Amino acid sequence: MNWVLVPQQLVTGVLNGGTIALIALGLVLIFKASEVYNFAHGHLVMLGAYLTWWFAVGNNVMDLPLWAAMLLAIVASVLVGLLIERLALRPMTGQPTLSIILITLGLAQLIEGLVAIFFGPQPKSDFPTPFSPSDVIRIPFPGAFNDTIILRQSLVATFVVAALATLAFMLFFRYTKAGLAMRATAENHEVAQGVGIRVSHIFGLSWAIAGVIATIGGVLLATLTGVSINMATVVLIAFPAVLLGGLESFPGAIIGGLCVGLVQALVLASGNVDVRNSAEIAPYVLLLIVLVLRPEGLFGQKRIERI
Amino acid sequence: MALRPAGDYDRSYGQDMSILRQPWQRVAAVLGLLVIFTLPIWGNAYLTITANRILYTVVTVQGLNVLTGMTGQISLGQAAFMLVGGYAAALSMTYLGVSVILALPIAALGAGLVGLFFGLPSLRVRGFYLAMATLAAQFIIPWLTRHIFPELLGGSSGRIEVPVPAIGGIVFNEVHRVFYLSLTVVIITTVLLVNIKRTKLGRALIAIRDNDLAAGLLGVNAFTYKLRAFFIAALLAGLAGGLKAISQRSVGTELGYGLNESILFLGMLVVGGLGHSLGPFLGVTTLILLEDLANFTGSFMASLFPEYSTNLLTSFRPIFFGLVLILFLIFEPRGLAHRWELLKASWRLRPFAR
Repeated sequence: MNWVLVPQQLVTGVLNGGTIALIALGLVLIFKASEVYNFAHGHLVMLGAYLTWWFAVGNNVMDLPLWAAMLLAIVASVLVGLLIERLALRPMTGQPTLSIILITLGLAQLIEGLVAIFFGPQPKSDFPTPFSPSDVIRIPFPGAFNDTIILRQSLVATFVVAALATLAFMLFFRYTKAGLAMRATAENHEVAQGVGIRVSHIFGLSWAIAGVIATIGGVLLATLTGVSINMATVVLIAFPAVLLGGLESFPGAIIGGLCVGLVQALVLASGNVDVRNSAEIAPYVLLLIVLVLRPEGLFGQKRIERI
Repeated sequence: MALRPAGDYDRSYGQDMSILRQPWQRVAAVLGLLVIFTLPIWGNAYLTITANRILYTVVTVQGLNVLTGMTGQISLGQAAFMLVGGYAAALSMTYLGVSVILALPIAALGAGLVGLFFGLPSLRVRGFYLAMATLAAQFIIPWLTRHIFPELLGGSSGRIEVPVPAIGGIVFNEVHRVFYLSLTVVIITTVLLVNIKRTKLGRALIAIRDNDLAAGLLGVNAFTYKLRAFFIAALLAGLAGGLKAISQRSVGTELGYGLNESILFLGMLVVGGLGHSLGPFLGVTTLILLEDLANFTGSFMASLFPEYSTNLLTSFRPIFFGLVLILFLIFEPRGLAHRWELLKASWRLRPFAR
């Protein structure tokens, strides 16, 4: 370990983890409501980022500020979420896990191709981020490298937005009537139907909300890394986070996201160059460890199966 | 068992077990094999190259068929096991100097052992969780090949050359010769896999797919059988990887061993028909031809709208694949093989059925 780097990497890891947690939240939402493992979530994130970019600078007609572009993108991705639920996943109700996983993988491919056709496959460097890479906050911290912790403002801002979005979502889920209906549906589809909840509407609603979360996550990621097709691979880091926290748990998704961010950052603080290189696969090593030691995750439910 | 008209019954065990039941089926099989064997002679270069690609992809999808179609375990790491096989074949030919007859089994065995390792989580998890374990394999294996033993495995450039294999005096330096190698492997694996369903192993795997707890109660040790399925799947992936490495003359992470390929293999299996021995052939052929159609569409559209050529050239591949996969899952989840069975049944029952 390179101990002087550890304080810096701890903070960076938690801040990075915020965005991962927000994206993991979208996965858990879809899984809880409809038991769909959404491998297309990363592509919804990517689509949200591209839509925001297009509304802001990509088109030649309007020249919208970032917040307006993001609002339009959210509206568009709500529609996309509803369409996906109605056209692709409603017919798949009751199908085995393999078919559900494959149909979301198919959706992912479809979105990737359509985005490449409409927006072009090359990365977009002109995303209207309000920060420049040199905007940093320096916090004096004895024992760290140069006795300061350097925070990119964009990283802090994305963490704050991710935390706010997560909070808003949790409040919605906890205190609104629609949130209550969603929780009831997650608990048991038939009983929820029995008390007068339209389960199909709840599925649609959860996909719409997942679209919103994905778009916010996409904009946050875009301010950090820019817009590109490869953004979709974030879902492959969010899945280890979800499994670590437990598939059915919102707090688990958040803690899992933060943990994955931390692990990735701490691996980078290692003194050994081979360990540093392994930052890209660290989430998967973590995933394998979780699967072997505690497959249901930290906060998941152990399922009892009957024949 | 297929529906047969009254009065058509078997008179011996040999007849009961035979795969080619009628004389005309045997004639058709011989003629079909003859057509395929002479393909490099009557076909052009494109046809031979595509056929070779189809053949080695069939081998890997056959492996996936055992694991996913017969045993019901989802694998997102088949392409990574192919990579292991490709490296094993290349390294054993380069450094051990073994002939390709030995290098291919080494490739299969090496990949099989790696597959066994990543099958271990199936002791505790299944379904989606197992898919995540294989996803981890899909990322960890290519990363390892790029970072360990850089002088052997090509290091960060991620590719090494494969020597030109030879058996006796025959040098496999051109695709139409590698084609015969792939064809031989496909024939051997097909004969073995058609029969696997009739063995204890095959029945145990199918029991696990239908319900692994119930299979356990019937005395099938689900874990060891799942491991065997993983081993067979990775074994065939290794064989296919060896063939692919020999066809491409080099092997490495950049040459089509990624997550997209693993997903493509699953898609091929679904389009062809899960658990059906005809499935890999139909699915692989359909999707590889679809890929070529997509590339053609892309370049055609690019020539129509030259200002958007970068947008159009490569985009149709994922669109076509995604659409076909979604449509098959919704409208024909049992795949083309099921359609073929329906066609045969309706022919047999004519004029009483449509």
